[in-house]
Amino acid sequence: MADYTPPLRDIKFVLRHIVGIEDIVEYPGFEHVDLDTIDGALDEAGRFMSEVIAPTNRDGDEIGSVWMDGRVITPDSFKDAWRKYVETGWSAVTGPLEYGGHGFPDAVGFALSEMFVSANLAFSLNPMLTGSAITVIADHADDDLRSVYLEKLVTAEWTGTMVLTEPEAGSDVGALRTKAIPNDDGTYRINGSKIFITWGDHDLSDNVVHLVLARLPDAPPGTRGISLFLVPKMLVNDDGTIGASNHIETVSIEHKLGIHGSPTCVLAYEDSVGYLIGEPNRGMRYMFKMMNQARREVGLEGLGIADRAYQQALAYAIERRQGRAVGAPKTEQSPIIEHPDVRRMLMTMKAYNEAARGLLYDTAAAGERSHRHPDETGRAEGAARVALLTPVAKAWSTDLGVEMASIGVQVHGGVGYVEETGAAQHLRDARITPIYEGTNGIQAIDLVMRKVPMGDGAVVRSYLTEMAELAESLPSHTDPRIAAMGATLGEGVSALEEATEWLLATDDPNDRLAGATPYLEMFGTVAGGYYLARLALAASAEEPDPWYEAKIDTAAFYAAQLLPRASGLLPSVTAGASDLFAIPVDALGVSR
Amino acid sequence: MRIAVCVKQIPDPATPYDLDPVTHRVVRPNDQVLDDTDRFGVEVGLQLAEASEGTVTLFSMSPSGSLQGIRQALAMGADKAVIIDDENLAGSDALTTSRVLAAAIEREGFDLVIAGTESTDGYTGVVPQQIAELVDVPSLTFARKVEVTDGGIRIEQQTAGGYDVVEAPLPALLSVTSGVVEPRYPTFKGIMQAKKKPIDTLTAEDLGFSADQVGEAAAGQTITSVEPIPAREAGEIVEDDGEGYLKIVALLEQVKVI
Ligand SMILES: Cc1cc2nc3c(=O)[nH]c(=O)nc-3n(C[C@H](O)[C@H](O)[C@H](O)COP(=O)(O)OP(=O)(O)OC[C@H]3O[C@@H](n4cnc5c(N)ncnc54)[C@H](O)[C@@H]3O)c2cc1C
Ligand SMILES: Cc1cc2nc3c(=O)[nH]c(=O)nc-3n(C[C@H](O)[C@H](O)[C@H](O)COP(=O)(O)OP(=O)(O)OC[C@H]3O[C@@H](n4cnc5c(N)ncnc54)[C@H](O)[C@@H]3O)c2cc1C
Repeated sequence: MADYTPPLRDIKFVLRHIVGIEDIVEYPGFEHVDLDTIDGALDEAGRFMSEVIAPTNRDGDEIGSVWMDGRVITPDSFKDAWRKYVETGWSAVTGPLEYGGHGFPDAVGFALSEMFVSANLAFSLNPMLTGSAITVIADHADDDLRSVYLEKLVTAEWTGTMVLTEPEAGSDVGALRTKAIPNDDGTYRINGSKIFITWGDHDLSDNVVHLVLARLPDAPPGTRGISLFLVPKMLVNDDGTIGASNHIETVSIEHKLGIHGSPTCVLAYEDSVGYLIGEPNRGMRYMFKMMNQARREVGLEGLGIADRAYQQALAYAIERRQGRAVGAPKTEQSPIIEHPDVRRMLMTMKAYNEAARGLLYDTAAAGERSHRHPDETGRAEGAARVALLTPVAKAWSTDLGVEMASIGVQVHGGVGYVEETGAAQHLRDARITPIYEGTNGIQAIDLVMRKVPMGDGAVVRSYLTEMAELAESLPSHTDPRIAAMGATLGEGVSALEEATEWLLATDDPNDRLAGATPYLEMFGTVAGGYYLARLALAASAEEPDPWYEAKIDTAAFYAAQLLPRASGLLPSVTAGASDLFAIPVDALGVSR
Repeated sequence: MRIAVCVKQIPDPATPYDLDPVTHRVVRPNDQVLDDTDRFGVEVGLQLAEASEGTVTLFSMSPSGSLQGIRQALAMGADKAVIIDDENLAGSDALTTSRVLAAAIEREGFDLVIAGTESTDGYTGVVPQQIAELVDVPSLTFARKVEVTDGGIRIEQQTAGGYDVVEAPLPALLSVTSGVVEPRYPTFKGIMQAKKKPIDTLTAEDLGFSADQVGEAAAGQTITSVEPIPAREAGEIVEDDGEGYLKIVALLEQVKVI
């Protein structure tokens, strides 16, 4: 498998020109943060991810995490790498200062996550879920729980999980049945079965801290009757040491298409002790608050895999000789990268990846503003923007992740389909990302039913206006490549506007639901062009060098050849549901 | 124990760098990284310092630039750094480099000097031994294992066929191979602390060298010309008409392989 090169220059460029990291470090609460340290940290983290984490990716796939006698055993290489991860303190960069963290901006943590994901997606889920658990506990748990659990999670000495899914409760979390019964001492007894729990058990740390959704006796039905509990794998003694087992049985782990390194557990809680987080029946609310963060992190998984797949495909295309490119000497075979069709595949990967990076990091920046911006209007603007962009960042980036990993296989030809190459692993690993953390279908529904109507369409319209204004400013640019982007970006934004107004004006929810997925794809495709144009503008302001030139050329390729796909989706968005239901279910079946 | 570790900042080997066509010197970018081979010296220094409540001071002669490479070594845990940065040093040969480093190390005081065996970008492999001679201490070179003894130091010295055990009293100089220890990764805390650690910047004059004693003026060697690596020539294709092996044997005989 090819090595992983952390795309540090890209990440730093996006942090500067999309995230606005220079402004963020000036926010109150970041007095101890400076750009030099961020820079140095990204460099060292990149080296760590490529030298320590990336080499474990193959073991994760081939050996995988295995279940034996009720316990999960990870590959040895994971144990060694995890120990180093904990020692170097990369987990604690964004954690709260009062609990052993360093209180750095989320955007920096986001960049570290991208590199961890590319290095080993399956492995990265463990710190990712731990990060979500930290957010929930810090925001909603009482001081007692915080003081026992937060520091251990921030330092990654212990890890965290999100325990929602049950056999009858997947997309419809409200259907869950796990029970919580109050004990006399203020704790609860948790009973029930949970499935698909990522890193629900493992041997990397002494404890696993589960955040479990369950129902109290007499709770109202549906999502309004769900409470959130902290349920540790091992009980914790008063002095903070590990105590008795908390009776959580790891019944089995799933055999999956990919991410074999990540144990996906079936857990049985049998009178396990749980501690209520926050107030009764507000569990879904707390989860929702954390969900924007988790969803953009999953979006990042799409990008992370796609970037690794791109690096590998590029290296192969330079090495592999096959066929003769037009104009090449007759005596030898050309490197396949000289064939236009192969170039198209590589350019497509590069352009979509950079577009997705722009969207994802902008979403993260909005998330940061929503709770860190010094004034109320700034926070409100951030909150609205992050709400709008999150479903797109999650679903568009992960759909692309699968598609790019698939192109990565294609670049390799036959050996891409053979496991030794490693290209196939990226495709298998990527395939989960459109499914978990709310399927991409659910994301699209969230976008059209909840996000687009926010403020009677004001939130989405302000974003559209921002894009339209940029498109209008481009044609007067002195660089003809940038000037030319204005037209297609403008057309894309107009088509998206039309689709958006149709959604806002359409009453029948079924018609809107029918257009949800194509609308989300359209939204992502146009937004991608917007971010690439911004990056091209930033590049054109620098002293020219091949890297900046490539930024402009990539944006130009996207604008000319990929962005126009957006307008083609308009008919699918506005067609309504009738075509989809024209054939009765009976008639959908095949006949002999 | 006062430990002096020599570390070099070099252009990032991952990105190809240029030679100045006139002076033949490496064009040094503002951001230079810590030479990977020096991570081993830093690690040995840190381990010895941790065992003896000692200190680790880094010594580097190079254009400071952004000091990225030095910060990387400080982030691993070294206590301070002394940089000798001076226009007049440009074009220095290895012996001048050693003289300058030796003067800086002596000025600071030391019990042990540690260096790599050979740098990644210059790889003359002579600086450590020259420093030992100049500061007049025994040199223990090519260490693949290091052990502190009562008042001295003992190493396994890598040889072509195995190793020799070599021992010397302190003060001494040690050059370490890349097999000696596993260098630690800097912790995030270490990276933050590195910013606050003292970095002294000296000129050649501070160390008592006049302009004509260093740099191009004093170089005992000059690079007279630089040639690019010749492009690989196209191979010869042997068509197998059933007797292809004969042609191959003939070719191998021609190049005296068989
Ligand atoms: C590897 C892996 C790891 C996971 N990790 C975790 C974890 O750590 N914690 C956890 O709690 N869960 C986890 N999950 C569960 C995951 O979040 C769910 O699988 C996911 O939410 C989908 O639920 P489901 O499997 O029940 O599918 P279903 O909900 O049955 O969905 C089936 C299909 O129907 C569609 N669909 C469902 N409802 C609607 C609707 N209302 N409108 C339109 N379309 C709809 C879906 O989009 C999907 O295409 C994991 C799953 C996997 C496979
Ligand atoms: C202003 C300036 C300009 C320079 N320009 C050039 C240039 O253009 N090209 C060039 O090759 N070099 C340049 N140097 C560096 C210097 O000339 C070389 O370091 C010297 O030639 C040593 O050769 P080497 O790297 O082969 O050492 P080696 O003997 O191969 O190195 C062995 C070990 O000695 C130590 N060491 C070697 N050099 C240094 C150093 N400079 N600082 C700290 N420790 C060191 C390291 O521990 C290293 O692992 C410049 C220095 C200055 C100050």
